[in-house]
Amino acid sequence: MNFDDTPEEAAFRAKVRTWIDANAPKHLEPELKRAGFASSGIESEDPLAASKAWQKRKAEAGWACLHWPKEYGGGAATPIERVIWNQEEGVYGALSSAFIIGQGMCGPTVMAWAKEEQKRRLLPPLASGEEIWCQLFSEPAGGSDLAGLRTRAVQANDGSGEWIINGQKIWTSGAQHSDWGLLITRTDPDVPKHKGLTMFFLDMRSPGVEVRPIKQANGQSGFNEVYFTDVRIPDEQRLGAVGQGWEVSLTTLMNERLSIGSGMSTGFPELFQFCMEAEIDGRPAVDDPAVRSRLAQFAVRQSGLKYTGMRAITALSKGQTPGPENSIGKLVAGATMQELAMFALDLQGQAGVIQNADSPMNARFQGMLLRSPATRIEGGSDEILRNIIAERVLGLPGDVRVDKNVAFKDIPTSGRSKA
Amino acid sequence: MNLDFSDDQKQLQEQVRRFLADRCPPSAVRAILEGPEPFDRALYKGLGDLGVLGAAIPEEYGGVGLSHLELCLVAEELGRALAPVPAASSIYLAAEFLLHAGSNAQKRAWLPRLASGEAVGTFAFVEGAGRMSPDKIHAAVKDSRLSGVKSPVPDGDSADVAIVAARSGGGRGEGAISLFLVDLAGPGVARESLETIDPTRSYAKLTFDAAAAEPLGGEGEGWRIAEMVMDRAAILMAFEQLGGADRALEMARDYALERMAFGRQIGSFQAIKHMLADMYVSATLARSNAYYGAWALATGAAELPIAAATARVSATQAFQHCAKNNIQVHGGMGFTWAFDCHLFYRRSNALALALGSLSTWEDLLIERMRGANAAAA
Repeated sequence: MNFDDTPEEAAFRAKVRTWIDANAPKHLEPELKRAGFASSGIESEDPLAASKAWQKRKAEAGWACLHWPKEYGGGAATPIERVIWNQEEGVYGALSSAFIIGQGMCGPTVMAWAKEEQKRRLLPPLASGEEIWCQLFSEPAGGSDLAGLRTRAVQANDGSGEWIINGQKIWTSGAQHSDWGLLITRTDPDVPKHKGLTMFFLDMRSPGVEVRPIKQANGQSGFNEVYFTDVRIPDEQRLGAVGQGWEVSLTTLMNERLSIGSGMSTGFPELFQFCMEAEIDGRPAVDDPAVRSRLAQFAVRQSGLKYTGMRAITALSKGQTPGPENSIGKLVAGATMQELAMFALDLQGQAGVIQNADSPMNARFQGMLLRSPATRIEGGSDEILRNIIAERVLGLPGDVRVDKNVAFKDIPTSGRSKA
Repeated sequence: MNLDFSDDQKQLQEQVRRFLADRCPPSAVRAILEGPEPFDRALYKGLGDLGVLGAAIPEEYGGVGLSHLELCLVAEELGRALAPVPAASSIYLAAEFLLHAGSNAQKRAWLPRLASGEAVGTFAFVEGAGRMSPDKIHAAVKDSRLSGVKSPVPDGDSADVAIVAARSGGGRGEGAISLFLVDLAGPGVARESLETIDPTRSYAKLTFDAAAAEPLGGEGEGWRIAEMVMDRAAILMAFEQLGGADRALEMARDYALERMAFGRQIGSFQAIKHMLADMYVSATLARSNAYYGAWALATGAAELPIAAATARVSATQAFQHCAKNNIQVHGGMGFTWAFDCHLFYRRSNALALALGSLSTWEDLLIERMRGANAAAA
């Protein structure tokens, strides 16, 4: 057992480090390091422009989407090389957040299902950050029960073969900056719900697409609603067969859980730092036995996630596929972050209620408190993740699905119960 | 980056698992639970013959001369099988004390016998309730004679030799404590078996009345050596706990698949599925933390004390969590004597206290992280 690179890994790391040192936007480093929770922290210039500039520079040197094939704008690197890149990119990795959904989820779906000439057209600008993608999956009526979605696609009977889209998506990250969207629709309401879905990609500037930001419970607006009114999509932009949309979506969701779960922060290092500085009865909080007990609970979760990640990297380094243990990442990190934020505020006493620049660690814990409920829901809620562990890892039976063999139009929904 | 065991090590683990499946079925654990014997002597001798007790003991002292990584995996299997043997006392503790602080003569006298399983060693440390501190130790050695009472001592009723922490010399605080090797067959040693929550691992009260005691390690060095060895033992114990946690989770999963209620497998109810998923999360965190401990143990890393406390806290939580919910998944049947759930419940709670309680290790973990943080600043 060791935490050392192989000679090949060490050589790759040295190459990456040299390039980053010569090319990274170092003038942004102080801002990126100070970043609060859930933002890149860039204020001195347009954050999206800064992100695009760094991504473009990486793409030109062959460092963008490292694991993708070269003909699609990638670097044809091994999985372990991708891990090393991410470790070395460090704080600058925060500049990539605008591209995570496109490169992590939409790209792999396009790669698996689009025609060759489409892949050559769409993937390189996605890799280089010149074009941004969003994922149009969740709906007001279909979140955890994604296949319950209601956005309709009907093929026009004017001989064009085009599809006409009407409906609404919700929780779409980055829709306001996006050039393209990956859209799942219902094409046949007369068959059971999983069988009547079809996947498309569309130009987000198509007539009839309207993006409205959602004001979130924490006051920020990272997500949007997207409305479709008679939006037309050419049939060539269909991914997979008509009615095969569910299968196509699984490519995306599999990649979603992989990219969201890896390397998530729990906030423990910041809490520990705070407990070294804060005082209880004139002594450092970290010396209080009750504080120590809570800190230890958080510490072993943080450490367990860290070394679970290292076990996955070990598998990658040996050319193997990581085991199912990685499925615990977001489940543990999300809940830990929320409990930890509550504990940090508790240590601040009545002043914990204050969320301004004078709050400890630049109000980081107050920000975590208000953002963490979303972490426990987005990208698969805690309950969906427990189902996945129970079914795919432990081999327990799937849920009883009362809607499985019922035509979609006959499934009872909120406000439309079965008579 | 390699945070995994080698194929050879995994093969050894598989061999030990098969051996224990054959020689240590639940009926063998119950024989100790319900019978007069303090441990399964034939099983223990078999483990010695297999060479696994001496996995981390050098060949010159009668061991096999592998490494502590192999011993970690042996420990995991002992935990999984709930093996009713004194390996923790004799190998994780007594042998480690001898290896790290024993004289050449002491090593030669005892290590070969501990490695073969012919003799059992233990560490006589605790004196009564509460977290241990140097002030709690009243047993004392004067003119090479030990007097005092140690209780509870793991496997104290069957051990042949004990490493004893006692006062000697004029030091204060930690410096007042030294270690001594005591042959428990000698005069001046009285033993009294104790009733415990887990009779498959026995405990005794040892009363010493001018028993012959030879120093192990330097005078006043006892507390420091004991902390070091208990850290090492905590990592091995974490693997035992991990083995037990995994097995308890498997039992619960298997029962959830088999048991029908309301016309369906109970494992199809989300209340049960989510309980099992949470057990898997605990066991997975504990495994990753235990591997961190194994790395520290094998490489002698400076962060071993932090890794040991991390592995220990995480494994204690996981085994307790999995063992108690294993009963819950089994429902009423899980509370019968006939089902094996209580064996895991007992063991999980006994191991949670061996080497010091959960709250003690939580405190140690944060104390050590604080120290490392201050050193880095």
